Amino acid sequence: MLAAVLFAGAPQSGTNPIQGLLEQVAPAAVPAWAVVAATIGIGVGITVAIVSVIAMFGTWMERKVSGHIQCRYGPMRAGWHGWLQPLADGVKLLLKEDLVPKGADRVLYVIAPAIVLASVLAAMAVFPLAPNFYFADIDLGIFFILAMTSTTTIGVVMAGWSSNSKWSLYGSMREAAQVIAYEIPLGISLLVPIMVAGSFNLIEVSNDQAGWMGMNWYIWPWVNPFMLPAFVLFFIAILAETKRAPFDLPEAESELVAGFMTEYSGIRWSFFFMEEYAAMFLYSAVGAFFFFGGFESPLTWLVRHQFGLTVGVQAEAWSLGAILLTLTSALTIVVKGFAGVFLMMWLRWTLPRVRIDQVMTLGYKYLTPLALVCVLGAGLWEVFVKGFLPWRNG
Amino acid sequence: MSQSTTLPTAAAGTGEREFMLDVRTQDMEVNMGPQHPATHGVMRILIRADGEICTGAQPHLGYLHRCAEKIGENVEWLQYLPYTDRYDYLAAMNNNLGYSMAVEKLMGIEIPRRALMIRTICAELNRIGSHLVAFGTYGLDLGAITPFLYMFREREWMMALFEKICGARLTYSYIRIGGVFNDAPPGWLSEVERFCDTFEEKWQEYVDLLMVNHIFVQRTANIGVIPKAMALDFGLTGPMLRGSGVDWDLRRDMPYELYAEIWKSGCFQIPLGKGERGTLGDCWDRAYVRVMEMIESIKIVRWCLDSIAPGPVIAEIPKTLRVPAGEAYVGIENPRGELGHYVVSDGGKVAVRCRVRGPSFTNLAVLEELLPGALIADSIAIIGSTDIVVGETDR
Repeated sequence: MLAAVLFAGAPQSGTNPIQGLLEQVAPAAVPAWAVVAATIGIGVGITVAIVSVIAMFGTWMERKVSGHIQCRYGPMRAGWHGWLQPLADGVKLLLKEDLVPKGADRVLYVIAPAIVLASVLAAMAVFPLAPNFYFADIDLGIFFILAMTSTTTIGVVMAGWSSNSKWSLYGSMREAAQVIAYEIPLGISLLVPIMVAGSFNLIEVSNDQAGWMGMNWYIWPWVNPFMLPAFVLFFIAILAETKRAPFDLPEAESELVAGFMTEYSGIRWSFFFMEEYAAMFLYSAVGAFFFFGGFESPLTWLVRHQFGLTVGVQAEAWSLGAILLTLTSALTIVVKGFAGVFLMMWLRWTLPRVRIDQVMTLGYKYLTPLALVCVLGAGLWEVFVKGFLPWRNG
Repeated sequence: MSQSTTLPTAAAGTGEREFMLDVRTQDMEVNMGPQHPATHGVMRILIRADGEICTGAQPHLGYLHRCAEKIGENVEWLQYLPYTDRYDYLAAMNNNLGYSMAVEKLMGIEIPRRALMIRTICAELNRIGSHLVAFGTYGLDLGAITPFLYMFREREWMMALFEKICGARLTYSYIRIGGVFNDAPPGWLSEVERFCDTFEEKWQEYVDLLMVNHIFVQRTANIGVIPKAMALDFGLTGPMLRGSGVDWDLRRDMPYELYAEIWKSGCFQIPLGKGERGTLGDCWDRAYVRVMEMIESIKIVRWCLDSIAPGPVIAEIPKTLRVPAGEAYVGIENPRGELGHYVVSDGGKVAVRCRVRGPSFTNLAVLEELLPGALIADSIAIIGSTDIVVGETDR
């Protein structure tokens, strides 16, 4: 958050606010490539930190949510209501022995968790925390996120194959089948808001939903009635993509012991977990961007209204309005993201697991056709009905 | 087969060339257990699998073998009682009851009525606790973790009740030869009544949360179907048998202790599988029978609470038992089926033979028949639905 304040409204150079700031403060003797290198270093550092914080908060939240759903408290000892528990866990995992099973393919076994974690870190790079705080603002932002997060599968299959355990192999094969089946409805259901927004860029999609007190969010039926079913399909698909119950077949602990993670221990094992929680947050935030207004909330609307700021226009550097807008935007997207994560946890601790053939049937026979119907309906609405809606033609 | 998909390999010896597909696949052998989260203890099932489909299964027993029957031939009659706790550790009261009844039958002791009442209450409460574990872990096997903890919440109270009456939570040794160890402490019976009231409320919760849950039904209906004839052939007993629609319950058909009286009063029924959600005798039916039995047990407990009267709780028996020569078999309705004790005495202080017929052991045999053809995930559902306790299969 401090960083967000620091970079709020910093002069633009290229597409990265960090680089802009560094160029401003660097002495003339520093060559341009050093500035770029420093930008990359800082950006990577912040991304890793964000992913770690999300993962730590995610694990704590999972324990508390599951605890309260199950008439327990969850962690209570380490810190207030156990908020230090993730740190204690991290220390424990670092101190654990790093085992490589006999007969495992050592190279693949070691790099698999790294690939899994790297994929979500890469996806995080294009994820904006505020309209003017991001590391890469690329026009195909959502495509990049989808592409990077599906790279996880490669790491998971590698982990399962290299572990020299049959349970791991089962888990990774299930993961591959499941992810391929659900990428399709995920992508197609995202086409609906993309069509309405006319952009793949997360910030532009968010700006398009600005309106009085968040009443322009795409999810509202008066914007496009096909958005709500598309969101339901999207949410089911992200459950499967992030291996969350009821689609947690790749790590189904009562069937496959721990699936592809069976043989992993210590910090390598925790990489899979970090990826899971970061991916959960990332997908929820993508859902927030494309269905629930992104940075737009009554709060940001109020700030913008109060300080007379215009949507999509950079405010003057360091003005109070710009800083407040940055803060409220970041708060909005984080809250929305974790609301989605909470929903996923709630489902996990309520539902039994489905079977592999039911997962496939649901993905190919129901979600994909329904998503296509949504795209068709939304497209027809955009072409024929949108013109008659005064609030869509402001 | 078109030639384009085949790899040419030269046939040895002949001048002719044969074309054959040189891709050989082989079934994978997977060890499920002895350390596997879904085998409910230390059972090992060797599964042969073609991808996700089981093509064969072979249960391996003995990881928890503790020579229970042999110990029975080496310790005194009363000393053996704590060992009975340990074979089906989820229903220790029922085990105590079975063994005590076998010895009492040999000795011809008359049990005081209050002792019979308390025995029935304890056995039925223990049946509830056992079915709670069975149904809860069944949910766990299918990935529903929360209902399991809800059920353990009620089981916790049940164990607290037992702790109050005998001091132990799992291995009670409370039901003794001749009656019960001591009388229920003051206020215990009214607490049991409160438990019954609460339980009936919470029971509805389990039904709503798990039993009729769409995913649960999808996972269990039409899976692991045991037809009536097959159930009889394999000698299944208990909920496994009744899940297939065979109307057989020892409490009614070979009544012991007070059950004849209770059945005549018409306060409880024997729930049977009806194939409501799928085929008769599928996993859902077996779970259904267990869930319904819990509520029937509550009715039996209520009947006992209504008619219990003060009195002695244990018959006069000597400290060192000398059981008259002879042999006796007593089968009782354990939560898992017929638990039989066959004891032989030569008139001495120690049994000559102490044989146990465990329901889990017999029910387990059906796995070999059910698992081939099932998916790996279904095999977990099937193993869970047999509700075996490995302590008893291995003894």
